Amino acid sequence: MREIRLRINGIERELHVEDNETLLEALRNRAGVTSVKAACWRGECGLCTVLLNGRPVKSCSTLAVEADGKTVETAEGLYFDKRAKGLMESFVRNGATQCGFCTPAFVVASHALLLRNPKAEDEDIKEGLKGLICRCGTYVNMMRAVKEARQYYADGKQTA
Amino acid sequence: MEENVVGKRVPQVDSWLKVTGTLRYSFDIELPGQLYVALVTSRYAHARIRSVDTSDAIKSPGIVGVFTGKDFPFRIGLYIADRDLLATNKVRWVGHPVAAVVGTSMAAAEEAAEKVSVDYEPLEPVLDVEKAIEKGAPLVHEDMASYNYYKGFINPVPGTNIANDFRLVKGDVSSGFAESNVIVEETFKIPQINHAPMEVQNVLAYWRPDDYVEVWTSAQSPFATRYLTAASLNIPVNRLIVHVPPAGGGFGLKAGIGWEPLAIMISKSLRRPVKLVLSRSEQMTSAPSRDGLVANVKAGFSKDGRFKAYEATFMMDAGAYADYTVNVARTTGYSADGAYDIENISVKSLAIYTNKIPTTAMRGFGHPENHWPLEQVMDRAADMLGLDPVKIREINLHVPGKSVRGTGEPVREYDGNPRGVLEALVKGIGYWEVEKPSEPWKVRAKGLAMLVKAPSQPPNAGASAIVKIDEDGTIDVITGTGSMGQGTPTSLAIIAAEAFGVPVEKVKVNQLEGVSTDQNPYTWQTVGSRGLYSDGIALLRAIEDAKNQIREMASAVFRVPKDDIEIRGGQVYPRTHPEHRLGLKDFAMGYTYPNGNTIGGPVIGRGSYAPVLNTFLDEKGHGHNTVFHTYGGTAVEVEIDLLTGEVRVIKVVQAFDVGRVINLLTLEGQAFGGFIMGMGSALYEEIKFDKQGWVLNPNLTHYYVPRITDLPDEIDAVFLETPQMDGPLGARGIGEHVMIAVAPAISNAIYRGLKVKLNEIPMNAERVWKAIKEQRPELISSAFEQALSRAEEIHV
Repeated sequence: MREIRLRINGIERELHVEDNETLLEALRNRAGVTSVKAACWRGECGLCTVLLNGRPVKSCSTLAVEADGKTVETAEGLYFDKRAKGLMESFVRNGATQCGFCTPAFVVASHALLLRNPKAEDEDIKEGLKGLICRCGTYVNMMRAVKEARQYYADGKQTA
Repeated sequence: MEENVVGKRVPQVDSWLKVTGTLRYSFDIELPGQLYVALVTSRYAHARIRSVDTSDAIKSPGIVGVFTGKDFPFRIGLYIADRDLLATNKVRWVGHPVAAVVGTSMAAAEEAAEKVSVDYEPLEPVLDVEKAIEKGAPLVHEDMASYNYYKGFINPVPGTNIANDFRLVKGDVSSGFAESNVIVEETFKIPQINHAPMEVQNVLAYWRPDDYVEVWTSAQSPFATRYLTAASLNIPVNRLIVHVPPAGGGFGLKAGIGWEPLAIMISKSLRRPVKLVLSRSEQMTSAPSRDGLVANVKAGFSKDGRFKAYEATFMMDAGAYADYTVNVARTTGYSADGAYDIENISVKSLAIYTNKIPTTAMRGFGHPENHWPLEQVMDRAADMLGLDPVKIREINLHVPGKSVRGTGEPVREYDGNPRGVLEALVKGIGYWEVEKPSEPWKVRAKGLAMLVKAPSQPPNAGASAIVKIDEDGTIDVITGTGSMGQGTPTSLAIIAAEAFGVPVEKVKVNQLEGVSTDQNPYTWQTVGSRGLYSDGIALLRAIEDAKNQIREMASAVFRVPKDDIEIRGGQVYPRTHPEHRLGLKDFAMGYTYPNGNTIGGPVIGRGSYAPVLNTFLDEKGHGHNTVFHTYGGTAVEVEIDLLTGEVRVIKVVQAFDVGRVINLLTLEGQAFGGFIMGMGSALYEEIKFDKQGWVLNPNLTHYYVPRITDLPDEIDAVFLETPQMDGPLGARGIGEHVMIAVAPAISNAIYRGLKVKLNEIPMNAERVWKAIKEQRPELISSAFEQALSRAEEIHV
């Protein structure tokens, strides 16, 4: 066991984790952050995507100790980000959720994509989101949502 | 003012919880002190269990209990109780759970599970449906005769591997074939496929010290789960409390009965809360999948294109357990005639046990199976007759008010507009226009397929609803339908908002927090596209009941006859004197006069629904077994690469006669998403078994489900509105129909473009290329020349 300090969704946390524990396990089981989901536990489905220091990573394939001293954001934390909230509104308006189990990961990945490229076109969006699976097949609605949300990211500035 | 949102785009009521990841699935629910379960699963497809040695596992650190089949001598199942909780005496497929190891952490349980050793005596496995029904084939279930099953509904054949033998007979096929000028005779196949919901199946069970049992489960049907579990485990029904939070996808997998009995019995033994969460590979091998199919069909047509005779044998590969698939076979059989008038029919539909993954319902069950052959037969016959695929459908499509289905049920005037659907498809896809391919070695082609489907359910599949008015005039709607992304809760909110004339935000549906069997009224199951229709009718009756209670009070308050009270726009007033008005809130807890006298009391409306005049089907498959039919279809434009065999869907138009659009946003979402799922099953998905019955692709890398990169360039949906006479606001169900016609539409496009037959899915590049190579090798050689000359051009 070792102690790590990290900022999860804006709040400083200290967690005791195993050396071989994944960030996914630490977030869900120790920090009680259930807005990060899991569906394969081996890097295939992308549903455990979180932002680690602002970059999207699959938390099932990241060790918890790698997050020591870093910031971690999931969809519940992005709710407090003005642009991400606009993105969420676009998801809601465009019916880009069905069962919703994949939605927080798609929100996180779309947010990262739009921060990187506020002018993302169809092909960019497909490239940015192809690592994630939505079994309900909500892709048409997600494309619409992400394109509509570009307006919130137009100033191009990165948030920390 | 009244706000009518019916037919508009209304976001799902739980959207904000979903986009923030704060909706609580059963996956997210834990109890203090809960224990974790790891499964030990079979490595043989068919073997006798000589012994199970758990002595090392139980001594492992953090282990509280190890269980085997002998500990839980129960048989469970929906229509036939053929399943054990853990393998007893023998294992029936690779993945069959043999032992459950329970520990204080998942890691401890998994480590100890490795220490369980099982001594097997291998038996000959049955891995092929055709061999499984040969005389002398090894039996998957020797004890079938002792199983309980739903008599009158299914027909198991003990002493064989046939779990259900269903027949549909109309007229006399031999005379029909004698009158036919053209006969199509083909074998069609479908592999087992996986539902692959993103939320894996998981159960948290707690057998409490007071002998009440609480269960949180990722399921579709709270009440079916409760009743079947209680009945199999001898628990009084009201002592079992089943909580069904919103599910992260169901698609039929989570209907019926799942892992609840196992988790409950472990909790009963240990008297502690127990959580069982499948891994993805367990989800894909130890949990059920969709049945596979081999269908031998023969279809006769007269020279003017009339469908004279249809003879079909459906052999459903049910795998090791068929507790739900027996009804899949029944459904495949009774609806084998699809949307067409067929003069003579003889169908045999069998659910067949094999030593493969057990199977269950999947989105539209029975219909992807029977439309795959039927809709291709139409195009093949058209070709032989010199007709086109549209014309042959026009000749044979049901005529509402005149046609009669194979079961003897009349096609009613209000059942929908199949011809309108066909026209919408032809127009939408531009069926007669020829498109230019992106490269000379590719071919663009268009195809279509029709569909019709009714909910497949027993004749007593009821529903009920409760409506309460709160102190401030807001409204609570409580039903028993689970929420799994299909949007029924939102549609019910819209119906209630419309009925009271209030904004939809003023209606709260209970499914946000999930359904609990001790708090919600009964609905049979969340399946079959029945929720909006069945719960919707019950809800409208509950609303009428609540309104009547308000009218009673208002009649006294306003001193006018009860029938003259209007309730609209959230207001209550005499129809003739609308200037006298009160709000819903003034009656919510009863009406209180200025002096304090109170009449009425809290308003609570109740409504119930049962299928009207439904019957069992007789030995010829005749009877009245449906409540509504939804007609629809899919049209696609595909591009086929002759060099690689790759098929890409360029454009899609789907059309459905939904009766009445309740929520356009959800409806489009279903149509688009269902197409994507249908396309996955058509082009990519297949559980691959080796010769010993091992699954070769139990993960999401080698079992490919569609991703955003697979989106067609254009996707559209057309909705017709022929009102369903008894449907809520005229609506009928649609949730499954959206994937049924996809595979045959794609295959028909390939046939139309290349005259290459594809009788088996998935139509992946390898299979398509081989089919072209076998049937039209000249296409490949000329494509190769085209590519070569292009390469030379580029080189120059």
